[in-house]
Amino acid sequence: MRELEYPVIGEKLYTDTLPNGLRLFVCPKPGYTKSYAFFATDYGGADRRFRLGDEWHDTPAGVAHFLEHKMFDMPDGNALSVLSANGADPNAFTSSGITAYHFMSTEGFYENLETLLTFVSTPYFTEESVQKEQGIIGQEIRMVEDNPYYAVYYGLMQCLFAHNPMRESVAGTVESIAEITPQTLYDCHAVFYNPSNMALCVVGDVDAEKVREIALRILPAEAGERPVIDYGETESGLPLCTRVEKQMDVSMPMFALGCGFPSALRGRASLRQRVNAYLALECMFGSSSPLFNRLYAEGLIDSSFGAEAEFTAGVGTVVISGDSEDPEKVFEEVVREAERIGREGLDAGLFARIRRAAYGMRVRGLGRFGDLAYDLAASAFEGYQTLDAFSVIESATKEEAEKFIADTLRREALALSVVSRRE
Amino acid sequence: MNAVRRELLPGVALTCITTDKFKTGCLSVNLLTQLCRENAAKNALIPTVLLRGCTRLPDMEKISAELDMLYGARIEPMVRKYGEIQSLGFYADFVDDRYLPEGTKQFDGVAKLVCELLLTPVTRGGLLLPDYVDSERDKLLDLIRSRINEKRSYSMFRLVELMCCGEDYAVARIGSEEEAESINYKKLTRHYRDLLATAPIEIFYCGSADTEHVEAVLKDALHNLLRGEIDYDIGTDIRMNTLEEDTRYFTEEMDVSQGKLAIGWRLGDCMEEPDAAALRVFNAMYGGDVTSKLFENVREKLSLCYFASSMVDYFKGIMLVSSGIEFDKYDEAKREIFRQLDAIRNGEFSEEELQYARRSTASSLRAGSDSPGALESFYLGRNIGGWDWSNEELAALCEEVTREDVIAIAQSAVCDAVYFLRGEQDEEAEEE
Repeated sequence: MRELEYPVIGEKLYTDTLPNGLRLFVCPKPGYTKSYAFFATDYGGADRRFRLGDEWHDTPAGVAHFLEHKMFDMPDGNALSVLSANGADPNAFTSSGITAYHFMSTEGFYENLETLLTFVSTPYFTEESVQKEQGIIGQEIRMVEDNPYYAVYYGLMQCLFAHNPMRESVAGTVESIAEITPQTLYDCHAVFYNPSNMALCVVGDVDAEKVREIALRILPAEAGERPVIDYGETESGLPLCTRVEKQMDVSMPMFALGCGFPSALRGRASLRQRVNAYLALECMFGSSSPLFNRLYAEGLIDSSFGAEAEFTAGVGTVVISGDSEDPEKVFEEVVREAERIGREGLDAGLFARIRRAAYGMRVRGLGRFGDLAYDLAASAFEGYQTLDAFSVIESATKEEAEKFIADTLRREALALSVVSRRE
Repeated sequence: MNAVRRELLPGVALTCITTDKFKTGCLSVNLLTQLCRENAAKNALIPTVLLRGCTRLPDMEKISAELDMLYGARIEPMVRKYGEIQSLGFYADFVDDRYLPEGTKQFDGVAKLVCELLLTPVTRGGLLLPDYVDSERDKLLDLIRSRINEKRSYSMFRLVELMCCGEDYAVARIGSEEEAESINYKKLTRHYRDLLATAPIEIFYCGSADTEHVEAVLKDALHNLLRGEIDYDIGTDIRMNTLEEDTRYFTEEMDVSQGKLAIGWRLGDCMEEPDAAALRVFNAMYGGDVTSKLFENVREKLSLCYFASSMVDYFKGIMLVSSGIEFDKYDEAKREIFRQLDAIRNGEFSEEELQYARRSTASSLRAGSDSPGALESFYLGRNIGGWDWSNEELAALCEEVTREDVIAIAQSAVCDAVYFLRGEQDEEAEEE
């Protein structure tokens, strides 16, 4: 295994790509009680149309998430119970980009790791269990539909993208999941859960060699074919519509405004883009930015206000969200601030401070095992190394942040989604 | 990991954990006071008003800029409810000095700033600025009104309000709309000065600095804190029996697509001498965990709901179950939730189930030693409860919990109230 040292931040990382294509990362944390394992596939809610061999396959919305729920079923019981019984705290999630299974444990780590790798690589689905899950996930979908945060976010996504699957919910709809059969699940498991499409990250006081040995022993020896994904026609970068509004039982109107654009950078360029986007948005919308402080003092926004950039499924999105009595005015203020920065540039002192704060926050993040493991896996799928972010932050420039703002936060590229009070 | 306790000033206690384990250090300062209807919103408002500015840094932009220079240190307002005690103050976290390019002293800078924010707010004529108070009061009002946005927590909130009507426990962590509306800068200043003089204060630090250094820095930063007679007479009234003889039922309607069922119990006689370890293991077995009876049966076997889980308030001695269900599954889900508790009362659980519950409880307590934030919240709760175990000691006690201990708690619990939040029924359907 390759050993990477990061003396400044006090981290060490063992990494390897196994003969079956699995990306493996072990970040040792001596003296910690808990250990954390995170097993992820580069398969999320947005990966719906893919090519395998010469053939294109279309799958209903929500399969990745449905599969995540059903993976815990084993021919001899439920893996969740097995792990919990062995003292682990297991869970799983599906995002637009990835599906991950993880557990934390303070004892029996290697045994739990064997269980994790075994159940995720063992598909076992029956008609009956699929039907039952349709009921459970149907409830989950309904629950999420009552959530205004969800409504305001997907409202925006549907304004921004014409074709890209980011516009649809990761869990799908009650109708789309009704199309799922055991065969759909077997097929998608075969395509996306082969080791060359996956990463295993372990953070804790563990023996890296032993982790590697277990992965080699339990996972399939063959590297499967990595599927090619189609995210639909290239997006124009301009919204389909610029305003959408929905009424719900909320105490104060909520808004999400932002833009979407094609973005397929990989490797270190992708990391640099993420860092630039983060710094740019913090300078513009963070708690020490002039805009935040002015709008906060005017009572137009509250501490829920924030901005985030995401790069998934061949597109980048910037989402600025919060609660406000006057979302339209917030929209106008954001546009004007972007225009002002376009003319005057960012304040150099502010940029230097934000960069320093970003560095410190990232150091702190190294203590959150779940976040660290997630970053290791996600960066492996994007072809960069997340711990390089420290040196990228140090070399980031004000001009790059200004360029990000100029490229993305243009008036004609922005849309506004609002969830307003029911009348 | 040893926690050292020191009294810095009258009624100001420091709990200090010195360790090289973490890259993040944390410091919290908490004022403790009785939770009550008249003051809960005022208390909740104080930290956010103080975060608007102090004499040296009179606005948020200046405070944020200083925090950026402290490598992105954060100071968050904290308002917590421990039974019928309300805790308010700040939680700060920051990078440990060892991982920064230059030899800066993060803790010293953060401690100084936290104490300045607490003790030297920007004032005019000795009063908090009306502008800051009004604007934060409006935000607090928005927050109180936004309870309705999250239906699961809203249903729990309504259950507690109805079940514990007449008890301080029914008061929400951040108070009520009516009380918040009546706050002005004069009232708030008086209340703030009062609290500073009389509230017991719990300070927690975890990081690489040694106790002597932490103590010296804090004493210096708190030198202008004037203490009066400390109000130690605060605590939680544990009600053993239900409010009425029979369980009370409440139903409310709202425009939702999923129903929310919330059920509350008094833990009863077992709270005479509460066994902290047994209560935790019991909760894990009943509904606190993915191997629990509620998860396994109500969700997994019967698919009656998307979630069903239980929580126990160890301070107040009540248990709450929360579940999301289809409207027409109300009777069935309720029956099943009761049936699972009866199963524990009758000892219908395997040695394995008990072992799972013991292990998962112990494991999550032990994992608390791996995070400064988890340690902070554990020790604050422990100090308020007046308990003396560390998380590791409590974990060991959980492993000793017996079948009889768990059965005794289940038998002692009495159901007080059931609350159901369902969709609006159209009138025609009701007439039929």
